[in-house]
Amino acid sequence: MYKIVRKKCLTDNIIYMDIYAPRIAASCKPGQFIIVINDEKGERIPLTIADYDAEAGTVAIVFQTVGKSTRDLAEYEEGDSVADFVGPLGRPSDLCSLDDTELKEKKIIFVCGGVGTAPVYPQVKYLFNRGIDCDVIIGARNKDLLILTEEMKKVATNLYIATDDGSFGFKGNGSQLLTKLVREDKKEYNHAVVIGPMIMMKFTSMTTKELGIPTIVSLNPIMVDGTGMCGACRVTVGDEIKFACVDGPEFDGHKVNYDEAMRRQAMYKTEEGRAMLAAEDNKNGHKCGCGGGK
Amino acid sequence: MALNMKRVPVREQDPQIRAKNFEEVCLGYNSEEAVEESKRCLSCKNPKCVDGCPVAVDIPAFIKCIKEERFEDAAKEIAKYSALPAICGRVCPQETQCEGKCVMGIKGEPVSIGKLERFVADWSYANNIDLSKKEAPNGKRVAVIGAGPAGLTCAGDLAKKGYGVKIFEALHKTGGVLAYGIPEFRLPKDRVVDKEIESIKKLGVEIETDVIVGKTVTVDSLIEDEGFDAVFIGSGAGLPKFMGIPGELANGVVSANEYLTRVNLMKAYRDDYDTPVKTAKKVCVVGGGNVAMDAARTALRLGAETHIVYRRSEAELPARAEEVHHAKEEGIVFELLRNPKEILVDENGTVKGMRVIKMELGEPDSSGRRRPVEVPGSEYDIECDMVIMSLGTSPNPLISSTTEGLETNRWKCIIADEETGKTTKDRVYAGGDAVTGAATVILAMGAGKKAAAAIDRELSGK
Ligand SMILES: Cc1cc2nc3c(=O)[nH]c(=O)nc-3n(C[C@H](O)[C@H](O)[C@H](O)COP(=O)(O)OP(=O)(O)OC[C@H]3O[C@@H](n4cnc5c(N)ncnc54)[C@H](O)[C@@H]3O)c2cc1C
Ligand code: FES
Repeated sequence: MYKIVRKKCLTDNIIYMDIYAPRIAASCKPGQFIIVINDEKGERIPLTIADYDAEAGTVAIVFQTVGKSTRDLAEYEEGDSVADFVGPLGRPSDLCSLDDTELKEKKIIFVCGGVGTAPVYPQVKYLFNRGIDCDVIIGARNKDLLILTEEMKKVATNLYIATDDGSFGFKGNGSQLLTKLVREDKKEYNHAVVIGPMIMMKFTSMTTKELGIPTIVSLNPIMVDGTGMCGACRVTVGDEIKFACVDGPEFDGHKVNYDEAMRRQAMYKTEEGRAMLAAEDNKNGHKCGCGGGK
Repeated sequence: MALNMKRVPVREQDPQIRAKNFEEVCLGYNSEEAVEESKRCLSCKNPKCVDGCPVAVDIPAFIKCIKEERFEDAAKEIAKYSALPAICGRVCPQETQCEGKCVMGIKGEPVSIGKLERFVADWSYANNIDLSKKEAPNGKRVAVIGAGPAGLTCAGDLAKKGYGVKIFEALHKTGGVLAYGIPEFRLPKDRVVDKEIESIKKLGVEIETDVIVGKTVTVDSLIEDEGFDAVFIGSGAGLPKFMGIPGELANGVVSANEYLTRVNLMKAYRDDYDTPVKTAKKVCVVGGGNVAMDAARTALRLGAETHIVYRRSEAELPARAEEVHHAKEEGIVFELLRNPKEILVDENGTVKGMRVIKMELGEPDSSGRRRPVEVPGSEYDIECDMVIMSLGTSPNPLISSTTEGLETNRWKCIIADEETGKTTKDRVYAGGDAVTGAATVILAMGAGKKAAAAIDRELSGK
C-alpha cells in the first residue's frame, strides 16, 4: 500500500497527489512515469511523474479525471492508500544525460498543453537547479484550466501563458504563441519539448518543424505492464516500431505517427465508456471527485 | 492379474460447457482412481521415466506410496525434488518427459504420471500436510528477482536452509507466467498458484511486489546498499515478438502476452474488474505453442470463433498434446501450414482480416524440424476482427543492461553455468527463462533448485 500524503485539486477535474514511495522517489528522474493501481480490482494507470522529493520519499502525480479509473482515484483522500505504485518507468528525459556545457548550448522552450504542464515541471526544475535557462509556454482552453503557473514561474526563466479564449495572457494556443515569440519577438530556440494531448503535440510539432526547432514529445499510449512485456504501447516513430514504455516515453516529435497513435489510444474507448456508465449508475452523479481535498 | 493397457480416464468438464467458462477443464483423479492408476506402474528396476524428468523425481517411489494408499508419504517423496507439484502435475509436457519414456507406453498407454502427481499435491493441500522442514537461521541474506517458478523455487530452497530470503517482483502479483500467462481454466489461481506461494511464504520468504530491478533498484544496489550476500535472477522471458508484417499496428492486433495479461492478471473477463479487453467475433491466433493454445481458448471463452494459424503441420505443434486435444474438443479451428503475410485493415484502422499464404514442409532446419516454405501464388484472405500474435518471447534486457559485468548472449539471455546458475558477475546467479529463453515450468524450477544449492555452497563455504 502507498499512502497519499497530500492531495489538492488544481482545477475542477485535475488533481495533484503526493504519494509516499521512497524507493521510487530515490531513483526517478524527470521524464519518467509510474503506474498506479487504485485497489485490487483496478487497472494499471500510467502517469508521468510531476515532481519528487527523495528526502521526504514522495512522488507527485497530476491527473485529469477522464475515465472510470482516474475518477475512482480522485475519490481517494489524504491519508488513504492506493494498492500499488510502480516505477520509475521509461527512460529519463534526454536533457538529464547532458552535461552543463552541453546544456548551456541549448536554447530550450517547453510548450505545455493542459495537464501536460505537470510532467514538464520536473524538467524545468531540474534545469533551474543546475543553473540552466529555459522558457516555458503554458497553454489551456481558458484561465480556469491553467495549472501549476505559480510553481512554474519560480523555476522558468520566462513563463508565457496562452489561453484559447484570451481569458488570460496571449489569445490563442501554445503553438501560435511560440510562432509569435520566434517570428515577432525574435526569440531563438534550438530545442523544444512539447507535452500535452496527442493532438496538441501533433500540431505544435508541425509548427516547430516549420520554425526549424528540433522537438521532443512525451507520448502516453495505452499501456498494461509498462516494462516491455505486452506491446500495447507500440508506436511508429520514423520507420521504426517502438515500445513507448521502455524506448520512450519521449520521442522525436517530428517523426511520431500521431494519427496512428491517436487511433490506438481510442482502442478501448467503448469498453471504457461502458465502465464509466456503470460507475455513474452506482454513484448518481458525484461530479469532480474532488470532495474534501485541500 | 492382467495389466490394464489403458489408463484410468480422468474426469473433465464437458467441452460444450467449459467452452463458456473459466473453471478448470481437467478435474483430476480422486483417491480410488489414483490408486487404480498407480497399480499400472511396473516399478521398473531401471526406471526410464526418471530419466525423462528434468528434476529426476523418484517417480516409482511416489507411485508405490499411492499404491499403498500412503498419500502423505507420496507427497514427501515428491517434495524432495519438486517445490511446485500441483503446478507441474498440471502444466508439464509429460508426453515428452516422464510419460514419454514409460515402458507401459510401448504396447499401451503410459502411466498417467502427471495426473498422479497432481492428485498427490492436491491431496496434500486438502489435508494441510506440512512439508516445510526448516533449518535454523544462518544470518545470511539472499535477494531473488522475479516471483515465477525459478525464483519461487530458489527462494523456498534457500529459506529451508536457514537463509533470509526476499523476492523482488516487478508486477503487483506473484507467480510470473503462472499468474499472468497460463489461464485459470488450466491452472487455477486461488486454489493452486496462490497456495503454492503461500507455502513458500510460510518458510519465511518475504516478497516485495512493485519493484522493478533495473529501474526501482539495481542488482548492485541490492548487494551494496541493502546488504544481500547473493542475488538470484529469475526474471523470465517476457518480451513479445511481432512479425513485422504490414498492418500489425492496427487496432485489434495484440500480443498473446497483452491479451493473456489483461484476462488472467487483470481479470478483464470479470465485470467487477476495471481493465478492459476487446471482445471479438472472430479471432486468429498466430503460433502453435502453449501460449497460442491458451490465447485461443481464452478468446473462445470470451465468445469468439477462434482459429489457430500455424506455419508447420500438426506434428510440429510445440504445445502440450493435452492442450491441442482440449482446444480441438472445444471447437477451435486449426489452420495448419499457413503463414500470415499481411493484416488487412479497414478505413478506421481496425483489423478486418488477414492475408495468409499456404506453406509446405521442406528440408529439416537447424531445430531438426522440417522447414516450412511458401507455396507461390497460394495467398488468400481470412476474415477476422482480432489477431493475437503468439510468436514466442525473449528475455527483458532491463536487468542485464543496468548491471555492470552481467553478460548475455546474442538472444539477450543471461549467460549462466548450467549446473550452478553462476553468472559472469560475482555472487550473482540466474536461472529459468531468463537464461534459457522461453522454456518450461519444470526447467525453471530445476534451475532455481540448482542455483539455491550452489548459492548455499558459496555462502556457507562448503
Ligand atoms: C501462456 C503461457 C503458457 C505456458 N504454458 C506452459 C505449460 O503448459 N507448461 C510449461 O511447462 N511451461 C509453460 N509455459 C512456460 C513457463 O511458464 C515458463 O517457462 C516459466 O514460467 C518460466 O519461469 P521463470 O521463473 O523463469 O520466469 P517467469 O515465470 O516468467 O517469472 C519471471 C518473473 O520475474 C518478474 N520480473 C521480470 N523482470 C523483472 C525485474 N526487472 N525486476 C523484478 N521482477 C522481474 C516477472 O514479472 C515475473 O513475475 C507457458 C508460458 C506462457 C506464457
Ligand atoms: S506497456 Fe506493455 S510493453 Fe509497453
